[in-house]
Amino acid sequence: MSLPLLKIDGLSIGYEGADGVAVPIVNQVDLQLEEGSTLGLVGESGCGKSTLLLALMGYYDSGLARLAGKVALLGKDPGALNEADLQLFRGGDVALIPQNAGQALTPTLKIEAQMLEALRLHTPLPAASRQDRILQLFDRVQLPDPANLLGRYPHELSGGQQQRVALAMALAGNPKVLLLDEPTTGLDVTTQQAVLALLSEIALESQTAMVFVSHDIGVIGAVCERVAVMYAGEIVELGACNQILQHPRHPYTQALLSSIPKLGQAWAFKAPTSIQQGQDRRLSGCAYAPRCEYVGPTCLKQKPRLTRDQDREVKCVQLSEIARMVAPAGGHKGESKMVGQEYVLSVNNLSVSYDHTGWWPFASRQERKLTVREVSFDIVRGQTLGLVGESGSGKSSILRTLIGLQKSFEGEAQLLDKFDLTTPVAHRSKACLSKIQMVFQNPDASLNPRQSIFAALARPLRIYFRLSEPEIRAEVERLMAAVQLPMEYSARYPGQLSGGERQRVAIARALASKPDVLLCDEITSALDVSVQASIIQLLKDLKDAQGLTLLFVSHDLPVVMALADDVAILQRGQICESGRVEQIFNAPEHPYTQSLIKAVL
Amino acid sequence: MVNGQELSYLLRLVIQRIFAAFVTLGVVSMVVFAAIELLPGDACQAFLGQMAQGQRLANCRAEHQLDKSPIERYGIWAAGLAQGDLGNSIKRSKPLEEVIGPRFRNTVILGLTAAGIGIPMAIALGVIAAWFRERKVDFWISGVAIFFMTIPDFITGTLLISLFSVWLGWLPGIVIMRVDAPITEVFSQIGLPVLTLMLVMIAHIMRMVRSSMIDVLASEFVMMATLKGLPRWRLLLLHALPNALLPAINLIALNIAWLMGGVLVVEVVFNYPGIGRLSVNAIADRDLPLVQAIALLMAAIYVSLNLLADLLTLMLSPKLRTQRVQP
Repeated sequence: MSLPLLKIDGLSIGYEGADGVAVPIVNQVDLQLEEGSTLGLVGESGCGKSTLLLALMGYYDSGLARLAGKVALLGKDPGALNEADLQLFRGGDVALIPQNAGQALTPTLKIEAQMLEALRLHTPLPAASRQDRILQLFDRVQLPDPANLLGRYPHELSGGQQQRVALAMALAGNPKVLLLDEPTTGLDVTTQQAVLALLSEIALESQTAMVFVSHDIGVIGAVCERVAVMYAGEIVELGACNQILQHPRHPYTQALLSSIPKLGQAWAFKAPTSIQQGQDRRLSGCAYAPRCEYVGPTCLKQKPRLTRDQDREVKCVQLSEIARMVAPAGGHKGESKMVGQEYVLSVNNLSVSYDHTGWWPFASRQERKLTVREVSFDIVRGQTLGLVGESGSGKSSILRTLIGLQKSFEGEAQLLDKFDLTTPVAHRSKACLSKIQMVFQNPDASLNPRQSIFAALARPLRIYFRLSEPEIRAEVERLMAAVQLPMEYSARYPGQLSGGERQRVAIARALASKPDVLLCDEITSALDVSVQASIIQLLKDLKDAQGLTLLFVSHDLPVVMALADDVAILQRGQICESGRVEQIFNAPEHPYTQSLIKAVL
Repeated sequence: MVNGQELSYLLRLVIQRIFAAFVTLGVVSMVVFAAIELLPGDACQAFLGQMAQGQRLANCRAEHQLDKSPIERYGIWAAGLAQGDLGNSIKRSKPLEEVIGPRFRNTVILGLTAAGIGIPMAIALGVIAAWFRERKVDFWISGVAIFFMTIPDFITGTLLISLFSVWLGWLPGIVIMRVDAPITEVFSQIGLPVLTLMLVMIAHIMRMVRSSMIDVLASEFVMMATLKGLPRWRLLLLHALPNALLPAINLIALNIAWLMGGVLVVEVVFNYPGIGRLSVNAIADRDLPLVQAIALLMAAIYVSLNLLADLLTLMLSPKLRTQRVQP
């Protein structure tokens, strides 16, 4: 069959701006998809990839509408279907696998009820044989012990299982096209790899076409044949996945690829001049021009068109120029200066337990559960230790103990040979408090939304140092400069900053007391890859410039490897392997470390 | 379907909560007793007023065992309570159960009727308003609800009387019945009080259901259910409503408790012989044992309805009910 399964012509989706002019979120997109083929849509958050995906099911977020263009999926336009036909179309012809299956399954209905519903709506199966079909589907998505899962509620499954149930539900109606909206983003690396393997297998076997949305180009590469790179609502590069991954041509694709830390490669990030700049969708010229390092005069005047260039389509007028300019990527691994061999932080036989104490005075007293078991490590001044492990491995408990928030633990922890870190935070001296600071995972939650940035930064200064108002101002200026934010931002509130900028503020606040040790708890995992890259670069700069010692906790092995000097791998609360980064990567000994490294794409 | 492990967990929890409710009531009874005890004078002095002297006072005190120590009297009272004996009314000289019983029955009839019609209506209106959010339907439902919520209930009651009883003559304006009238007679007279209570109560619950329904409708699982191709009614009733009702359960329980406590103003406006009016009379008569008993009854109503609401929330939200270790 030569007719394409999906054909999108000049599709624009957007909302009406305050001045009455339509603002496109998706701008003039043309795409085609053949039966049984797989296409990836990649780009940073806010580039319109999910909006485009949902439009294929005739679904628009509130306020959004189709501005122009045509969609034809199996010859049907979801926007033109009446309600009854649309209900058959959704789930029958095309099915969605959501980003976060844990949120996407109805919490008050059992798995069985939700599966039965899908079968009843979209298959002619008689009621008696539906249950068998569910078990078949569960078997198909490799869910263990399917019969036992039926009577459970969504929250009783693990993240990987929830995602598999969502996949089984999508497959229930035998759709011709599967739409996947970041289906593995919330999962840890090992689960992610297993789900991706399953997806490729299903794509291959069932000849179901797939449109796969992700911000992670590595994930796309594992599943898709073709990939479309999106920026500011437009497709900027479109072609075969392996070609684009190996030889990106559009400057944005290049920046996107270089911002992903890769194992075994010295990580050199070319910081775009202004990565924080908003994507202005109404520029007359190329949308990427403000961030582009190859920007030329024509880029600003004229909107480029997606044009054929050898094996792919690219939307850039500077291509020949770029090909000339690209120099071999100069890899330099930041040599951390060794400033003596002073141990800044020593942790000895630390065990953390989680006390479950009910309010009931006579019930069995405490059910003790060890989350961290006899962990020991030392960090030399100016060095960075990366703690890696999956969720629940006890990473955060260690940090909480060191900062004095954990109540029940055993073992020793010393800061600078002077301060005992087993003291709870309320009993620590000011000197001790100022020497160790923490940056939290989610800057939305760790910054007070009603406090201006200036106030947030001035507060620790007032607590720890006796400074006059002009001195505080100068100090805030220094902190803002250190995290590469303009001083004007200090008058803003956290809500007026982007996620990456907020995390910079959180880092600046932690630096205010001039700490020797900075604890970082998954501080990049809520951020986009390109923003993540800029934060890692910032930490590297701070480390080099100020001799800062970092304890960096993450589930993301490549991120840790890009930043850390030493790494410790945590498995179920115990360090199973530790050593220099290069050594662990090149010759992992522990089978768990090996599986982690293998799982990284 | 509840399996064994779940059942034993639930059972333990329910027993714990019921026990805690009794402990709470015990504490409340002490507080109520102590508060009455702190008033200047004693129950007989309060009741007899200027006549509280000489033999009359002594007789009264002897009759109501006021010559014993407060701790002894609390013991007698509490022991009586445990056997369902509330003590005797000073003014009416009969057991308090006989005084409170029929009036409480009247209040319960009135309250349950208002709740039975009003709560389902409030939920339905809340769902409709949320579905048509910020459109005409929502505007009218929410607007009218807020209107009745802000008007004091005695004005609503008076307006309803002049409309339905004086103008149209459809319903009796005030209730004229004996305290222990048969149920059929009660029902024939309570049209307007029920309507008044409903108008006051619906708005609170409707607004709560509306806002929690709006949250649920914006959630990922509702979007997912839409994209699964579910028909609208199924989406609303099966996927959205149970989740939207959870936060409203406690509010609904509080509303019922408020109704069961006897809504004084409505009972006065309509001359309805319920517990609300009885409590005012008890205070006016300085019948302290009666005041004490009513205070305890109200506490028991609030505690038990709260307990019921908590248990219901527990039953309906799988996350709280199943505390199994994650696989």
